Amino acid sequence: MSHADFRTSASSAALTSSRAVSIVAAFLFGVVIIGGVGFAQMAVAHNAAHDHRHSIGFPCH
Amino acid sequence: MNLFRTIVLVAALVGLGSGLVLTVVQHFSVQPLIVQAEAFESQRSEAPAPHDHAASGEHDHLAAAKADLAAQEAHDAAHAHDPEAWEPADGIERFGWTLVANVLSAVGFALLLVSASELKGGLASWREGLFWGLAGFAAFTLAPSVGLPPEAPGVTGAALEARQIWWIGTVAATALGLALLAFGRSPVLAILAVALIAAPHVIGAPHAPEPPAIPRKLEHDFVVAVIVTGFVFWSALGALAGALRQRFGGA
Repeated sequence: MSHADFRTSASSAALTSSRAVSIVAAFLFGVVIIGGVGFAQMAVAHNAAHDHRHSIGFPCH
Repeated sequence: MNLFRTIVLVAALVGLGSGLVLTVVQHFSVQPLIVQAEAFESQRSEAPAPHDHAASGEHDHLAAAKADLAAQEAHDAAHAHDPEAWEPADGIERFGWTLVANVLSAVGFALLLVSASELKGGLASWREGLFWGLAGFAAFTLAPSVGLPPEAPGVTGAALEARQIWWIGTVAATALGLALLAFGRSPVLAILAVALIAAPHVIGAPHAPEPPAIPRKLEHDFVVAVIVTGFVFWSALGALAGALRQRFGGA
């Protein structure tokens, strides 16, 4: 019985609330980071991340 | 270990790795085109009437560089941003901030990918991660590029807020649609998924009132460079996430 098998059967069980809270929190953390780096309109943030924004295809100017 | 900590740890490592990959690829693909486009961008703010670069043939780079300097003041005034604001000096400082932004953003994308995949029990192999990465590429790079091709400096679009809203909406609708296609069990869900993916393009992206200030070829090369860079970045991010998530066990 491999580790992966165990995990697959565990995941098919109900999504426990503590797992759900962790997943949502980590997801929102990601949204906040991307929002700050890619979308904040503060001039300093824009200038620092300028080339990054263009390279990733974010609307920039 | 607590699942939140597992996700954040994996995403931090994945973001660092794929952010470095992004920086290397971008440095040789997109970055030279950004610099070229900026010369045209500042030139236009000097001469508001756009002239036809295609008709004028070869571009004089020395003249462009001179115009660049001369136009700097007009450029700053025309630009929506505060001309007094700090910006990184060209060279190592500019590169450094791009590297920081690339890694931070990659950590953000990795957080989204890893946490979303936990809903399906967590990534079990680099191969599974690679598929998730390709889905990320489709949602974050391909889909928004259909309506809003990646803009080089000098390609002015519609109002920024309108484009940002369309961009975010398209990414969300595409990601949700792909998830429904992959994991939905009924034909009705598949139809809903296709409708979700198509909807932003039916609605249509906000479009630019003026033609771009840069030559068509440069504009085209830029779009290709961004999409190829995105493909490499998302593949690396997904595969790395799959490989690392395995090692941190079944939290």
